[in-house]
Amino acid sequence: MPWRLLRFALSSKHPEPRMFTRHDTLKPTYDVVIIGAGGHGLAAAYYLARDHGITNICVLEKGYLGGGNTGRNTTIIRSNYLTPEGVKFYDESVRLWQDLSQDFDLNLFYSNRGHFTLAHTDAAMRTSRWRAEVNKHYGIESEVVGPEFVKKTAPMIDLACGGAPILGGLYHAPGAVARHDTVAWGYGRGADLRGVEIHQRTEVTGIDVVGGKVVGVQTSKGRIATTKVLCAVAGSTPRILKMIDVRSPLYIHPLQAMVSEPIKPWLDTILVSGSLHIYISQSSRGELVMGASLDPYEVQSTRSTLDFPEGLAAHMLDMFPFLSNVKVMRQWAGMADMTPDFAPIMGKTPVEGFYLDAGWGTWGFKATPVCGKTMSWTVANDRNHELITGFTLDRFRDYALTGEKGAASVGH
Amino acid sequence: MKIMTCPVNGPRAITEFAYGGEIRPMPNPNTASDDQWADYIFNRNGAPGMKREWWCHTPSNTWFVAERDTERDLIMRTYLYMGEA
Ligand SMILES: Cc1cc2nc3c(=O)[nH]c(=O)nc-3n(C[C@H](O)[C@H](O)[C@H](O)COP(=O)(O)OP(=O)(O)OC[C@H]3O[C@@H](n4cnc5c(N)ncnc54)[C@H](O)[C@@H]3O)c2cc1C
Repeated sequence: MPWRLLRFALSSKHPEPRMFTRHDTLKPTYDVVIIGAGGHGLAAAYYLARDHGITNICVLEKGYLGGGNTGRNTTIIRSNYLTPEGVKFYDESVRLWQDLSQDFDLNLFYSNRGHFTLAHTDAAMRTSRWRAEVNKHYGIESEVVGPEFVKKTAPMIDLACGGAPILGGLYHAPGAVARHDTVAWGYGRGADLRGVEIHQRTEVTGIDVVGGKVVGVQTSKGRIATTKVLCAVAGSTPRILKMIDVRSPLYIHPLQAMVSEPIKPWLDTILVSGSLHIYISQSSRGELVMGASLDPYEVQSTRSTLDFPEGLAAHMLDMFPFLSNVKVMRQWAGMADMTPDFAPIMGKTPVEGFYLDAGWGTWGFKATPVCGKTMSWTVANDRNHELITGFTLDRFRDYALTGEKGAASVGH
Repeated sequence: MKIMTCPVNGPRAITEFAYGGEIRPMPNPNTASDDQWADYIFNRNGAPGMKREWWCHTPSNTWFVAERDTERDLIMRTYLYMGEA
């Protein structure tokens, strides 16, 4: 055993600096309280400290850092959305991803793969053309391709797909994957180094509102006084909104995923099929990372089911029959916070000092950097950042939805 | 496989059923304000709890009511809709 490792066994104290400072008690007051130490909450903390000079912040996490949807997602990053609001927003995110590894001095394994949204019907081809035009208008690389190009990029594919042949699809060259945990760790460590306190195993149990303004937060470790709260808790958002009596269209369904045993590299690109309800990529460790559509009914827990791998595997074999002997290694679920128009809900709320970053459903990992940027700006200036004005909670009251469903990865 | 009991056909696999959402009273469209109507069509009670929901047994097209604990994923009771009490 190398001496470096032995030191850890022999020393009663941890002989090297920890990745995160441990805080045993909460201070009585913070300038900003962030609920949820997922990628979104930690990114907001990081940019508040780095770009806005606000460091008297605590991030409260009921479980462990990155243990929510951040650590459960299939890590697909892309900007080929359908609405101008969405396209501009996700494009900024993809730009921010590029130098995050440098920013953090931590390898995010950001891997540019190219991304296919396969079309098996004329209707799906039409949506592909529509998205390609919107994307190109905003300078984003997206094009409609035919089946030959798909076959050339993914030679193992069976274009016949068990009776629903691939007619072509939308190809988005910037499509990428990244290592999800590291994103939370990188933002968390960057925030920690700048003085932000991260409190794990600390649950928010209530929000004190007086005269329509936030004045404090109740937690499992006591009360904190604050005038600004950022809520970034994904599938737990309706529980928090109930504490402040704010109604929203959010509804929660589990989203499941699974990985195979590691196999030799054979798939370099990311493939999504709306008709077969599947998506697949191969991780740098060789595992196939696979997902499907939402569970069909509301559940607010992270239980998984046998129906899921059965259904997903059946469709996967339509596309890649040669995978029939490959074993599934793990499956899990996250709680997806869904909205009726498949766009997020961000920004100020009817309660002064309460800011929301939610409605990230099945698509919010890619947006982690830009959410941190825009939400930190919004919290610091008490005004919605210009990139998020299409995503406010008011849009439902005003019947002004931001229809992004056509760009959802798989049919929901 | 999870089992749900159809009030007409008895216990069946959950894959035979379609979920229709929580039972919510509709405000009168002629008298509701725009805000009330928007609240009705968009807003949901997304927090966990015991909920009364519409479900349909699809092979027989039987719509009925299920009471579910949405946090523990338990089906407590199913019965045919008899109008609001
Ligand atoms: C299976 C699956 C696959 C996905 N695939 C993709 C994909 O390929 N690409 C993509 O872009 N997106 C994807 N997503 C969506 C993406 O994972 C999420 O939108 C994103 O990670 C949300 O990040 P977050 O930081 O907002 O939330 P989370 O990471 O869920 O963090 C919220 C945190 O809040 C904590 N919390 C909750 N309640 C409280 C409380 N009362 N007090 C304190 N803390 C609390 C939770 O414990 C949690 O750690 C997928 C999601 C799932 C479930």
